[in-house]
This record gives sequence, structure tokens and C-alpha cells, in this order.
Amino acid sequence: MAAFTTAIARKFIKSQPIEPRSASKHNAAPLSLISPTSDRPATIGLEYMTYEQLDEFGRELDAVRQRVLDDLGQKDADYIRRVIRIHKGAEVLGRIGIFMPFFPPAFVAGVGSLAVAKIIDNMEIGHNVMHGQYDWMNDPMIDGARYEWDNIAPAQDWKHGHNYIHHTYTNIHGMDRDIGYNMFRIDEDQPWYPSHRFNLPLATALMMVFEWGIMYHGVELDQYLHGKISKEDFEGRKKRAFKKIRKQVFRDYIAWPALGLVLVPFVGWWAPVAILGANVAANVIRNVWTFLIIFCGHFPAEVETFKEEDAQNENRGQWYLRQLLGSANIKGSKLFHVMTGNLSYQIEHHLFPDIPARRYPEVAEDVNRLVEKYGLHYNTGRLSKQLGSVVRQLAKLGKKPSDPYKIGNSPESKALRRAKREEAARRLETAGASHLVS
Amino acid sequence: MGIIRKALTSRPVASMTSPFTVDHYLEQIHPMLAAGNVRARVVEVRRETGVASTVVMRPNGAWEGFRPGQHVQFGVEVDGKRRVRVFSVSSSQSAKKGTFSVSVKAHPDGYVSQFLHRELQPGTIVYLSQAEGEFVLPREVPSSLLLVSGGSGATPVMSMLRTLRDARHAGDVTFLHYARSHEDEMFTEELDEIAATTDFRVVRVYTREPEAGAELAGRFHVDHLKHLGVDPASTLTYACGPAGLIASVRDTYQELGAADQLQVEYFKVPSVDLDAADATGALTFDDAGIEAPNSGATILVQAEEAGLTPEFGCRMGVCNTCAVKKNSGAVRHVVSGEINANTDETIKICVQVPIGDVNVAL
Repeated sequence: MAAFTTAIARKFIKSQPIEPRSASKHNAAPLSLISPTSDRPATIGLEYMTYEQLDEFGRELDAVRQRVLDDLGQKDADYIRRVIRIHKGAEVLGRIGIFMPFFPPAFVAGVGSLAVAKIIDNMEIGHNVMHGQYDWMNDPMIDGARYEWDNIAPAQDWKHGHNYIHHTYTNIHGMDRDIGYNMFRIDEDQPWYPSHRFNLPLATALMMVFEWGIMYHGVELDQYLHGKISKEDFEGRKKRAFKKIRKQVFRDYIAWPALGLVLVPFVGWWAPVAILGANVAANVIRNVWTFLIIFCGHFPAEVETFKEEDAQNENRGQWYLRQLLGSANIKGSKLFHVMTGNLSYQIEHHLFPDIPARRYPEVAEDVNRLVEKYGLHYNTGRLSKQLGSVVRQLAKLGKKPSDPYKIGNSPESKALRRAKREEAARRLETAGASHLVS
Repeated sequence: MGIIRKALTSRPVASMTSPFTVDHYLEQIHPMLAAGNVRARVVEVRRETGVASTVVMRPNGAWEGFRPGQHVQFGVEVDGKRRVRVFSVSSSQSAKKGTFSVSVKAHPDGYVSQFLHRELQPGTIVYLSQAEGEFVLPREVPSSLLLVSGGSGATPVMSMLRTLRDARHAGDVTFLHYARSHEDEMFTEELDEIAATTDFRVVRVYTREPEAGAELAGRFHVDHLKHLGVDPASTLTYACGPAGLIASVRDTYQELGAADQLQVEYFKVPSVDLDAADATGALTFDDAGIEAPNSGATILVQAEEAGLTPEFGCRMGVCNTCAVKKNSGAVRHVVSGEINANTDETIKICVQVPIGDVNVAL
């Protein structure tokens, strides 16, 4: 987390980064992470290719992106509208179904239909729309800046943590907060704490209430407690979260069950309770599904993570490569891909987060050609394989490591971190001094 | 429908459908079926001149009507993309059968105006805003009124003129219109008819091809007012047209100390030089009320230079954090070079540079 603070501090200490970070040089070098002290290029990917090849790799992927963007049109618009129609239909049918607790087949189908609706809104619509994938359509109802999803996390804060932090600093330790969500040890390079013994049971519990976890993640309580975000910022996040919680809880757990009161004379006192239960069940089903897809897209064993100093001064190709090596795909049927919001093509999503997700299968063909050309590892497998790998990782990395430097609260580990902090501060100071002299 | 519409757009219903609106569900049944969003079906596309068309539409019940002189955001979907432009309402307020119209001159570079002119078919559904704008007739129309227009600036004042005719307005109304030539003039037949059947005074001036024996000639001049016997100090005046016309009308009224009688509206032609290497025009930050000359940098950088602190993330077009609404104007993507000129469009300001005048919601 210390690295994160220094990154924020840098924005204020050094005013020059605006220039090299300027989007007008996007083509040349979209430097997402700039070292304040050195011009040394990032070392990411050097074990696979040379800097020249990395540049070429970046250009090739840029070309893939442009080809898709140029081809966007009516069929993409029709697709997302069809998905939205299915979502609304499934939701309405679901809510009708759960109003028939006296007829179990309809009731159960209603729960399923409502869960499917929530999954589609979370994955193929909400997540993708909020990446701006359909902004080119200029339809206010599916506009990334204005969309609000059927989820506890307010769109605004989720977009900051996900679209910006997670997608820009993907899998960089200390920067991408999605590595283990501050809760799990999912990577060798994370320090071990005693709470990680409960990696697996905690993950199972989080799975059930995943939408609440995502909301909590976006409130950034720990960032505030460590003085890394301002009180004003934190209060805003808290306020938005409570507002969204009120709305979501009122709708699912109060308003719709209350409507069920009209059934009491015909069905019995338990009708509203059944409707309440159905809403809880639909949310839990959605939570389990989204948890599985997200964990399998990010935490299988061979997914790579990176150190901040290795990622500083990346070129376009390195940025792409980090995205590719930091994600994992899940194989499956067409229906499966739709239900994951095409996040089963997590690699393609991380390469091109803002192109419509239905294009990821075709993009994957180009990506695979490049993977072959440069001899890279393309992490993919069936859901069972990826899930097995995630479970093994959680179990293995939850055990206390023998290496004392990997134990977060050991004196060795603390000393190591202190030394790193001091080193970084010293570098920053020298950089500042040389800047003043020049 | 009024009470049902009110119920559907009420808070209790909104809390049952949260985070969506009831329109998200209704439009799945039929696109015209919406409680809050204005939609309209195109009834007729009428050719006015060689380059101008009138689009007659029947809006759904969400439409709250308009006052003569107002404009509307008009959106039409082509290739999956909604293109929105602002057009003035041209029809009379008392048009029958719940229809109204906009009249549009096809601009050579205007994608939407060209589309309306050439391809728009009756039956198409268009996406509208409610009518907007302060350039409107007062509720109580004074006894003497002057309507000055130039070129396609005729549309909003035409709406006023038609409304006054249909209301059998009894006061002095003078309609003074400047067009390049007789062929270039919109609504010619109807203007002839109004001149013949009402007491309104309809005067047309053709600036490039003057007609023999015409009452007036040349561009707007104070002598034109004198000739028509219009006293600016006591005549409520509406002027709409190109910047040059507006400037001379405004100067004239100021010199005569009659500025408070004048209401103006610019008729904006999207004159954008897409190939211009140098930055032109002004970048307006609408929420902050700041206008700055376009420096040619990205909108995000220009906003920061203007002292604003818009939200941003990656500054490389990846994360969508900086997405804001562009109210009007054309922008160019720094990487792809793609140009977008939509009204009410969301753009990532870190990778868009303005071309000419641009207005963003910052």
C-alpha cells in the first residue's frame, strides 16, 4: 500500500508528468506508471521479447483494436439491445414468478429468472456499459457515465476502483487493489498474515455476499484509515454507498415483499416471507456466479503479478503484455460466455476494456496468433480447471510460509519494508533536488 | 394518459424499478411507449427547397409541447449510433392531430441534416428532448411585433408567424426575411398565402438576386426599418439568423436605444474545418461558466489549464473515468482521428481534442 501513497504523492510533487502522460502521445507511449527518478524503461516482458519486439507487439494490438472500432455498427447495437430486452424480460418474469409461492414450479422458475436477470445486468450489461463499451451509440440509457446497475456498489466508486485502478495498474503489487482484495493471499509475492489461514472459508463466505464485498471495497475504508484518501473523499463514498444500499435493500427486501401482503388472505402469512426469501436467493445466486467468474479470471496459478519498479516507464507493448499475462480465460459455450458478460475472455477484456465484449471471441483469434508468434503463455481452461487452480492457490498460499521475509508481521519482513520505503523516499528527494537545480 | 403517466414517473414506482426507470421496461414493449422519454414517429418528410426539408412528427404523450421559437434536440439512429442535433420547431403551436415539425437546411458537412433531407422515411422513430429555449413569444403578444430572419433562421420565427396566424392575432405583425435568392427561400408558398390572407406584413429581401421592383434591397439596414414604418423603441423584435445579420440588427437597436425590445437567436451552422491544423474556436466549460480559446490540446488538459479539476484516471483512453457529456461541437480522437459532432454525447476528454467551438458539461 505504501507504493500507492507514493504514486498519489507524485502527482502533486512533480508537475511534469502531465506532459509525457498527455494523451496526445498515446500512440507513442501510454505511460501509465512513470518513475519520478529514472528514465529506465520498464523490464516487463524482457524474458519473452526485445524492446523492439515489444513496440511491434503494441502496434499489432493497436491495429486489432482499431479494426474492431472501425467495424462497430448496427449489429453491435442490436446485440446489446437484445441483451437488455432479455434482461428486462427475465426480471419481469422473475418478479411475477416469485409472486406465486402457492405454485412451487412457477416460484422456483421465478427465482431462477430473477437471478439470471441480475447476472446479465451485472456482467454483459452493467460491467461492460460502465467501461464505455457502448458510448459510441450515444444512447443515454446505455451510457457508461450515466449507467447505474442492479448491484450494491454505486457505479461511480466502482468505476474508479475497477476501470481506473484495476484496469490501468493491473496486477501491480501495491497498486492494483484487486490482488486478493486486501483479504486473501492469492499470490506468492503478497506477505502472509495469520488471517490468511482462513483463505478458503473466507472466500466461501465472501462468495455468498459478493456484491456487499464489492461495495465495501469501493468505500476504501482502509485507504482512509491509512490517510491515503481525504476525509471529504471518504465521506462522499460513504454517503453514496448508503444511498445505494437504501435503494437496493428497500426494493428487494421491503417493497416487493410488502406487495406480497395482498397474497396473505389467499395464501397465508408466509407469502411475503417467501417473496423476501426469493429475492435473497436470487441475489445469492448472482453473487456466487459473479464471484466464480471474477476469481477464475484473475487468480488461477499461472497468472502473473508485477512489481511497481518493473512496470515503471512501460511502453504500449508492455502495458498490453502485462494485461495479457495478468489475466486468465475460461472456455465454454456461447451461452456461457454471454452469462459471464464475455469476461470469460478476461484476457481480451483486459487488452481492450472499452470495445464491446461481444467482439472478444473474434479478437481472441488475433491475440492467439500473437501469443504464438512471441511464444507467450495464454492462460485458458474450462471453468472446472480454473476453479480448481484458484482453490489450490487459496489453500496453498494460506499456509504459513517457511521464508520469514514472506511473513508480513515478522521482524525480517518489517525491516525489509522499512528499507524499501526509505530507499524510495531518498530517491524521490534526490530527484526533487536535481529538479530544483536544473 | 396524464394520470397514468404521472403514476409511472412517480417516486414509489421509481423505487420499485430502481436503479432503472419505468421507461427501461416500457420501451421493451414498444419504443414509442415511454412515460418520461420523448419519442416521435415521423409522419412526413416534406421538401422545402432544393436543400431544405421539413420533418413532421407525432410525439408520444411524454411531449409537453412547445412555445413558438423554441428548439428541440432531435436524435436519429443510423448504423446503431444516435446522432443528435438541435433544430428549431417550425410549425404552428396549434397544429392539428398532435403533430409538430422541424425544418432543416441540409448543410454540406452536416451528417444529420443530409440524412433527414435524403433518407429519412415516414414511420421512423426519432428521439427528442422536451422543447427548450428562451427565444419565445410572450404569453401576451404586444400589439406591434417585428420578426427578422435570415436564411434558415426563418424556422423559429416561422413558428411564431404561423401561431399568430392560427390564433387570428389582431396586432401589427411585420415579417422581414432575408434570403440569398427566391430559390433559396424556405416556406415561399405559405408566406405568399399569409401575405394574401392576413393583415400581417410579409417582406422578403433577396440579397444576391434582388427582384425587380422589390420594396427593399441589400442587407439589413436601419433604412429598412424606416421604410417599413417600424419604430424599434415600441416594437418587440425577434431576430434569428447568421451572426452577421444578428450583429447589424443588434447594433442598430443599440444605437436607437431600443436594445430592450430585441430578442435574438443565432442560427448556428456547424461550420467546422475538419482539416484545420491550427486550433480554432472556443472551448466552453458549461457548468463552470468558463470559456477559453481552443489551444488544440485535449479537452482534459485544456480544462486543467483553465483551472478546473475534472475527474480523470489513466489519461490514455482506457478507464473511462474522465467521460463527460459534450453538449455541442465537434471533437477529434487523438489516436484514431475519428471525428464526432453529436449534441449530448459522452466523450472521454483525455483523448479528444476540440475542433472549433465545443461546449462540455464541466
